[in-house]
Amino acid sequence: MSNETASKNEYLVEVNNLQQYFPIKVGLFKSLPLKAVDGVSFAIRPGETLGLVGESGCGKTTVGRSLLRLYAPTGGEVFFDGEKVDEKSIGHMRKQMQMVFQDPYSSLNPRMTVEDIIGEPLDVHKLYQTRGERRDRILQLMELVGLNAEHATRYAHEFSGGQRQRIGIARALATNPRFIVCDEAVSALDVSIQAQVINMFEELQEKLGVAYLFIAHDLLVVHHISDRIAVMYLGRIVEIADSNELNDNPIHPYTQSLLSAVPYPDPKMAKERQRIVLEGDVPSPLHMPSGCAFRTRCKYATERCAKECPTLTDRGNGHQVACWNK
Amino acid sequence: MSDAMKKDIDTMPKKSPLSFQIDLKKFEKATDEEKKQQDVMSESVSFFRDGMRKLMKNPLAVGSIIVLILIIGSILIVPHVVPYGYSEIITVDGKRDKTAANMAPFEWSEKEQEYIDAGGELFPHIMGTDELGRDYFVRVIYGTRVSLTVGLFAAIIVLIIGVIYGSISGYFGGTVDLIMMRIVDIIYSLPDMLMVVLLSVVLREILNVDAFPLLQKLGTNMISLFLVFALLYWTGMARMVRGQILTIKQNEYVLAARVGGAKSGRIIRKHILPNCISVIIIAAALQIPSAIFTESFLSFIGLGVQAPMPSLGSLANAARAGITEYSYKLIFPAVMICLITLAFNLLGDGLRDAFDPKLRR
Repeated sequence: MSNETASKNEYLVEVNNLQQYFPIKVGLFKSLPLKAVDGVSFAIRPGETLGLVGESGCGKTTVGRSLLRLYAPTGGEVFFDGEKVDEKSIGHMRKQMQMVFQDPYSSLNPRMTVEDIIGEPLDVHKLYQTRGERRDRILQLMELVGLNAEHATRYAHEFSGGQRQRIGIARALATNPRFIVCDEAVSALDVSIQAQVINMFEELQEKLGVAYLFIAHDLLVVHHISDRIAVMYLGRIVEIADSNELNDNPIHPYTQSLLSAVPYPDPKMAKERQRIVLEGDVPSPLHMPSGCAFRTRCKYATERCAKECPTLTDRGNGHQVACWNK
Repeated sequence: MSDAMKKDIDTMPKKSPLSFQIDLKKFEKATDEEKKQQDVMSESVSFFRDGMRKLMKNPLAVGSIIVLILIIGSILIVPHVVPYGYSEIITVDGKRDKTAANMAPFEWSEKEQEYIDAGGELFPHIMGTDELGRDYFVRVIYGTRVSLTVGLFAAIIVLIIGVIYGSISGYFGGTVDLIMMRIVDIIYSLPDMLMVVLLSVVLREILNVDAFPLLQKLGTNMISLFLVFALLYWTGMARMVRGQILTIKQNEYVLAARVGGAKSGRIIRKHILPNCISVIIIAAALQIPSAIFTESFLSFIGLGVQAPMPSLGSLANAARAGITEYSYKLIFPAVMICLITLAFNLLGDGLRDAFDPKLRR
């Protein structure tokens, strides 16, 4: 990943040592940096899906948002198609990078019709000449995500959660982006709708060749949709591997415990399985433990873990793990 | 339906004749036309129309709208119908009628009775007369007019200042917000009644209204009243607008608009303002009765409108003197104040129930 010229062709999105700190006030005058994202690096190829999993509050959403420069990152750099993403270049990149939000209820403006919601990126980037052209494009997008044309003049509150998420997806697709951040895009939906929406994501990827950063906390969903999966713990990536490889052969103790917690559909097999239950709580991101962030809950922790922070090392086949002992 | 599934249905094993299992062969498939009949959808309604429909279903809100229309209608029409002026002492046949003071409702004075007996026609004193022999009905109506005007203008002043101040503070946030809100806190912590009294005393000395005939008619007290509203009462509105904008800014659709590439101007225009306008209107509607109440109170303690112009508060104050003998003189303006404030409050509540986005999903 360090070789920039080579990656230019191979990767669509490249994130190098991304850092995002938020100042949090403690006491009257003092403020501590909350390290929401602390040195995250990964890369996504065109048309690929990278799953990003981790428990609540580990910084998954922040990664997605810093990536799209909704926050100004504290450190690190993001390249899109070989070009550095910064305050200047983001203007024309917004067309290429889009986002689908977690909550289908708050992500649609209640005072706008579906047509205007989907059409907003078109209006902003002036992607049409005539009103008719705009309307055609909107209807085409609605059809793409499985909405009826007569829904165009309706308001968001008239739709169910699944339909609302489809509207959000249609909006993200409006500018023909090459990269979409799906921030817990299916978490708020019930299981049957989740399946529909996930299948739709896959179909759209086949049809349009978009790359996804798929943020979720449901490992089964992520395993299903992703080509590769990155596991985050307290603002850092602890393991990143091919989807099947990670599922069959998790190396990092945190990944192992996460996978052991996935509910199993077969009760017999579920009984035989060993649950790895983590002890203790997630440390406060304001007072991170020294060295490896996971050491306070890790049964393999040694002295070295407290002193040095492990970096991602390749264990063959692109399977990268940040752990001293495994 | 896939072929495999079709087969499954056709070959469904027969159960015992007593079973309630449905025999699928007795059913026909729906044609496309029949399926279409199921696609009946409710008519798409805009936010405003939906809110109005809800408002019209609320009996209290409709009742208060009717009461307000009646009151506004009467303050417009009555002065043209009733042949008495608000500052005019009753005259019979061109002569001042000194016996006409402090009459009960629908009572005639001696001279008036003589005049009617002689074949003349007079308009009845619906609410009697006051201690100077002026028709009380007209005075109450004029008082209502003054009180309503004060309420309306005060609400408009509060609305303009509060919305501008609050939206600047809320949108820019950070240090700007901090400083602006501390100023609001300071103004908020001043005892407003004391400020009103002090301001009207000071302004009476300073203001020179002689140059403007319109202002002269209003009187310094009235102008100082407006100034007081402009100086003190906008803080509540400013805080509310700021809070509203802060919450709307947090919504994911604002973030989504930014991801879509929209600039600040577009976000404020298209996303933030339309979502807080209803709350602002509701707050303004609730501001009117409070302004009327303040005006009545100030008039009651003698700092309101200038005599002979009546306001509901000053009428009530004047009635205090003869409260045992002429209690109706207190009852009429008091009932009017109650009706107006109650109607506006109920209407405001109805508006909130119908339009507040927080109460719906």
